[in-house]
Amino acid sequence: MATQNAPQSMYRSEEGLGIWEHRGKVAAVGIGHSPTERRWDGHRDTSVGALSILALRKAMEDAGVTPDQVDGLVITPVTTTGAFWPEEDPLPWDVIKSYNQTDDPLDGIAKLSAEWLLKNMPELTNVKYTQYGPTCMSNALNVASQAVGDGLTNVCLVLKAWHNLPGRYYQSGPNAHDTIQGTPAIRTLWGAPACSGTALQFAEYCRKYGKTHDMMAPFMINSRRNGLMMPEGYWYQHRPEELTAEDYEYARWIAKPANLFDNDIPIMMAGAYLFTTAERAKDMKQKPVYILNHASSEAIPRSLTPTLDEVEAETASTARKIYEGAGITAADLSFENMYDGFPQFHQFHIEGLGYRGIKFGEALDFYQTDISIEGPNPVSPSGGNIGAGRSRVWLHTDSIQQIQGRAGARAVTGVKPEIAVSGGPMPLGGNYTVWSATPD
Amino acid sequence: MSKQGVNPDELSQPFWDGANDNKLMIQNCITCNKLQHPPEAECRDCENGELEWKEMSGKGKIYNYVVVYDCPVRTLQEDQPFNVAVVMLDEDPGIQMYSHLPGVPADEVPVGADVEVIFEKLPNGQHVPEWKLTN
Repeated sequence: MATQNAPQSMYRSEEGLGIWEHRGKVAAVGIGHSPTERRWDGHRDTSVGALSILALRKAMEDAGVTPDQVDGLVITPVTTTGAFWPEEDPLPWDVIKSYNQTDDPLDGIAKLSAEWLLKNMPELTNVKYTQYGPTCMSNALNVASQAVGDGLTNVCLVLKAWHNLPGRYYQSGPNAHDTIQGTPAIRTLWGAPACSGTALQFAEYCRKYGKTHDMMAPFMINSRRNGLMMPEGYWYQHRPEELTAEDYEYARWIAKPANLFDNDIPIMMAGAYLFTTAERAKDMKQKPVYILNHASSEAIPRSLTPTLDEVEAETASTARKIYEGAGITAADLSFENMYDGFPQFHQFHIEGLGYRGIKFGEALDFYQTDISIEGPNPVSPSGGNIGAGRSRVWLHTDSIQQIQGRAGARAVTGVKPEIAVSGGPMPLGGNYTVWSATPD
Repeated sequence: MSKQGVNPDELSQPFWDGANDNKLMIQNCITCNKLQHPPEAECRDCENGELEWKEMSGKGKIYNYVVVYDCPVRTLQEDQPFNVAVVMLDEDPGIQMYSHLPGVPADEVPVGADVEVIFEKLPNGQHVPEWKLTN
């Protein structure tokens, strides 16, 4: 049977569940990343399938695990950045035929199945458990955490990959047609770009709390700075350019109050981790990073777009789930790596968490203080999507690396990296992991 | 504004038919007596209630807006920059509708102002609810 989406029961999406039953008994050990590229160049070795294989092999090598020891594979099968294979374009058969194919010719090109990976990684001889955790790495991590804890897999690879095709994203398909279907038209007929939902929430936030767009600049500059210290990231590898307050303030608008830099840059990449039991992790090559909890938000807005009230209620609820299952409080967080692509909702996440005691409406003031990796209140030390490109992976990679002592130039120095939280994407609808240097 | 045309589908047909008759129709769960928009195949809350379509007064308030400078929809790109406002219905402020707010200059949107529905003809002859400031 083809790999299925994880059942809803694997996600911890309600308050009041108590301490996670596998708290401290699951660990992340290995990390693997492919190189990044802005778009696919059409070559075999840079396809999303190829990047995925590379990342998975690196994660095993990093953990010191041989492929035959892996018995689980959790991935997200969705790889699009918003780019879909154009209906009128011929399929790249030379690349497709160079791999062992599934029934879907776009598998490994513009989507990814566990079956495709197993067909093209013959060294994974003992994988008995496969599962999908769509659509972000955050989902896949939650599923993998639960699966390892439940004993469904003992040594599990977790993967998220992205393809990005030539052309401007979201401008093909129905957006290029003269007529569109009635139900989606209720949302899309007015032509609001992808960032508009977040921009609407940010606009309401600024009106309610008396804040302004330029107050985001310190966060944006800090994120780019941190991202330029992440060797795995896009900006580090391809465009080592610092961001200034002027760059940010005078960038062209996309959907005011969201400008160009308030949108992350779509890229191609694959990121992978190796998860195992705390017991098994003791024998592996890298220091284990223990998982204290995973939590999910499944809220959906009442109507077209979330109101600020809905956002704040949900981020507060998510924080209660995160802390309750992990048995910690906000005061235990060494740093945070909540999602940021779009950056205009990062403040919702950290206000919901009560990170460093901030309350609703206070995050932009908090951004005006020292939020650097050298200070006592590091914000988004990974650089996130803003500092390293759209992967929704860096936040987790950084959390693991910081606690393992492998963050290099990006290492937080103003705090001891002991407990962190990462996850997202949206304030309504996200998945979160609590990482720890110790299992208890 | 150069909107796309709309081909109603089964789920949304009453909404679009209503627009062609100058009526604003919103889906309602008879069991919960709760409006929902966009329409869905079942009630979001009770999941088994019978759904009906109710005519609204066509009165609302501007809740929020953005100004679009980089639109993904090809037909609208010639109109940039333009407003995309969120209107909340007077019957139930939890129900939102988008609007270009015809006649309101870009970025001069009076948040909180009263608006009323009008019906705009699309290129393929289908009508769509739009909103104008109440005089």
